[in-house]
Amino acid sequence: MPLLQVKDLHIELQTQRGPAEAVRGIDFTLERGETLGIVGESGCGKSITVMSLMGLLPSNAKVTGSIRFDDTELVGRDEKDMCQIRGNRIGMIFQEPMTALNPVHTIVRQVGEPLRLHRGLSKAEARKEVLALLERVGIPDAASRLDAYPHQFSGGQRQRIGIAMALACGPDLLIADEPTTALDVTIQKQILELIQSLVQERGMALILISHDLGVIAQTVSKMLVMYGGSVVESGPTEAVFARRAHPYTQGLFAARPALGAPRGVRLATIRGSVPELVDLPKGCPFAGRCSYTIDACQTTRPPATMLPQDHAVRCIRLEEIATKVAVAS
Amino acid sequence: MSLFLFKRLATLIGTLIGASVIVFLVLEILPGNAAQMLMGPDASPDAVAALAAKLGLDQPAWTRYWHWIGGLLTGNLGDSYAYSSPVIDLILERLALTVPLALLAMAFTVVIALLVGVTAAARHNKLGDVGLMGMAQVGIAIPNFWFAIMLILVFSVQLQWFSAGGFEGWGEGIFAGLKSLLLPALSLAVVQAAILARITRSAVLEVMREDFVRTARAKGVSQRMVLWTHVLRNAMIPVITVMGMQFSELLAGTIVVENVFYLPGLGRLIFQAISNRDLIVVRNCVMLLAALVVIVNFVVDVLYAVIDPRIKASDI
Amino acid sequence: MSSTVVAPSAAALKVPGFWRRALHHRSFVIGGVLTLLLLLAAAVSLVWTPWSPYEMDMANKLKPPTGSHWLGTDTYGRDVASLLLVGARASILVGVIAVGIGLVVGTALGLLAAAKRGWVEEAIMRLTDFSLAFPAILSAIMMTAVFGAGIVNAIVAIGIYNIPTFARITRASANAIWSREYIAAARACGKGSFSITMQHVLPNISAVLIVQITIRFAIAILAEAALSYLGLGTQPPQPSWGRMLSEAQTMMFQSPLLAVFPGMAIAMAVLGLNLLGDGLRDLLDPRLARAR
Repeated sequence: MPLLQVKDLHIELQTQRGPAEAVRGIDFTLERGETLGIVGESGCGKSITVMSLMGLLPSNAKVTGSIRFDDTELVGRDEKDMCQIRGNRIGMIFQEPMTALNPVHTIVRQVGEPLRLHRGLSKAEARKEVLALLERVGIPDAASRLDAYPHQFSGGQRQRIGIAMALACGPDLLIADEPTTALDVTIQKQILELIQSLVQERGMALILISHDLGVIAQTVSKMLVMYGGSVVESGPTEAVFARRAHPYTQGLFAARPALGAPRGVRLATIRGSVPELVDLPKGCPFAGRCSYTIDACQTTRPPATMLPQDHAVRCIRLEEIATKVAVAS
Repeated sequence: MSLFLFKRLATLIGTLIGASVIVFLVLEILPGNAAQMLMGPDASPDAVAALAAKLGLDQPAWTRYWHWIGGLLTGNLGDSYAYSSPVIDLILERLALTVPLALLAMAFTVVIALLVGVTAAARHNKLGDVGLMGMAQVGIAIPNFWFAIMLILVFSVQLQWFSAGGFEGWGEGIFAGLKSLLLPALSLAVVQAAILARITRSAVLEVMREDFVRTARAKGVSQRMVLWTHVLRNAMIPVITVMGMQFSELLAGTIVVENVFYLPGLGRLIFQAISNRDLIVVRNCVMLLAALVVIVNFVVDVLYAVIDPRIKASDI
Repeated sequence: MSSTVVAPSAAALKVPGFWRRALHHRSFVIGGVLTLLLLLAAAVSLVWTPWSPYEMDMANKLKPPTGSHWLGTDTYGRDVASLLLVGARASILVGVIAVGIGLVVGTALGLLAAAKRGWVEEAIMRLTDFSLAFPAILSAIMMTAVFGAGIVNAIVAIGIYNIPTFARITRASANAIWSREYIAAARACGKGSFSITMQHVLPNISAVLIVQITIRFAIAILAEAALSYLGLGTQPPQPSWGRMLSEAQTMMFQSPLLAVFPGMAIAMAVLGLNLLGDGLRDLLDPRLARAR
């Protein structure tokens, strides 16, 4: 039985211009110890999806569909139960380490908080565990810095502390929402490697959100490409990277700046910009921006076409596009 | 920390000196001949001259100023013109009422404001929030002496639970003394509590939007615990600033409220001294009030450093 | 903790639909109505009051509200309703002039501080710091006692106290405007500090000032009431809400209602002005102007 099974998840948010669907029918599964990446532009719904797993959406959000975690339904679960799951069975790391920690609490207090909350450890017991955790995530000289405050640590170190906090109770699932975006490139590598080794060591499942294809390639075995609240392409990382079946995926790959490209070559972009949630087309969310758009794209939601190796793509013009691409290359 | 404290202390002393100069100028220099004022326009010039000599007014301003400062530091504040007794005794006697009154009022203010502010923030945009903030708006608009009179009307005239004024003195026991201070303290507190409640609410709301609140919830901390353990301490920084300013407003409010309840406190003394043109008393009392305000601000500054560990490090 | 206070901007006034939004804003509407009532009371009192507020009628003293005296009579038989109407005049007069003093002098000082910077700014700020160390009521009492009681001195005392507040607020807002790029551009064109201040800075801080005016007006009314209560403000026979309260207090046991009405009048006036200020602050929020 899979650890996490999401079926037909719809999330409706209240925007300034009225209610809008931020997530439109997402399905995916995650086995124990599996790693999943979610890729997409800002506003495509990646963060909203994982926040719904944690039950941390605003109170006026409407969630329908099913999220089964370890065979218990999370959608509609009451707050008390969710509090017991968060930080305990599911841990989360956020994007901005500089503001993710409470500036007036010591590190030992913050990392120890989930331990004392969920496992009932005493202050002294928690302190010992926190020390072990901090050493594991690579905080130098941890023993003497337990009572230090966040502002006394660098960005990379604060993210390590955030990781320690998320793992403290040994969760089955770790969610990392763009954990390296706000960090220097050199630190990025270290943090990613840390996450990977921890995930392998503890047999945790991982959901990693990123807009950086390089990070996805290195870290996860399965991936979802999201746009406008839908999953447009999903499958094993290798397969998606090799085939790039969906036009949006092609656009993402084409938009990466290439080292060694000749001077004067303009960066490729995806034409147009992401429309506001209320303005997304009824059919395929990419309709209009996609260069292969036909009338049918605007009205009907494309069904998932299955390619080998469990590779799913939602596009009605898949075959024609594949042929064109094959011809072009 | 010691550099931080030293800087703050230096500012404290500097402000005190500045305040003393202003007090001296306003009361001694501006009105012209103080002795003439004391005796009134139809006193004989000889009597005025005699009083002037007695008050030391024939000496140059500098000398008088230093004489006064010296007196302040040694505790000799001269004698009151109206009461013919040492000013220092008068002041100490009155302080025994006003300081507990101000502290009691401050306690009421803080408790009411925190409860109302945090509750309103927790029920943001729902009925509780709107209702509580509406009440706070009304609270700000009410003159404290009118509220005092209303309290007297309800609790003294109608219900007869409290006396309509006067102070038993601490001789009768702490409880009796506090009883006479209860209504006055409430009158002082209501306006300040309303102001502080609004500030608390907006400070809490702002902190709730910060990232670390999301992190705490992701750890499984419940909404209520997040409020009290994570948010409140961060929200206290602007709140404490205002509390410091409010203490001086409270002290000033005693001038009026003590009059309403006929309490023999510092505020009433100042008022009567001003009416009697007893300049020596006025000068010293005003200086005392200003000093209390400055000291409270100093305490607030130090409290910042205690609450927010980042402040010691940056050392403004 | 950083405080992200967004200053109100007059640009929001020019956005179409301002009045539509205003009329839907709860604070603005309630505040506006109450403030209008205050102004109306004072205006009406100039031409008509139910009775003369100066006319004493000892035979009818301390009466509760009746058909002929809508709010009752006071210790000397004067009609309370008429006293309230005329008393509004004193409150408004004090408010307008005291705030006016603070506005003109304080704003000038603040603009000067922001334009000149350096030791001029330091000096002005130290002065305001010292002035603000003294609670307002204390300064007002000292001044009226030293220079004599009466409405004129009360206005001056309260007005003087408004100066440091307006100076600080003006300086803070003006500094923010000075650091904007179009000011640097104007400077580069050779414009002098004075014309920059008049043409660019002042119009842009006008919204902040408008909001402050309502708040300080409310405070001035409270201060005048307190001073009159103590006998230091408006002198008899000129009616004043504050003095009505002190007279009512002596008659508390015989005629409790006497103390209720003047206080309610003060509270309503102050509440109205505060709500109006709050509403204006929300409506003039530049974020809303930008969102269009």
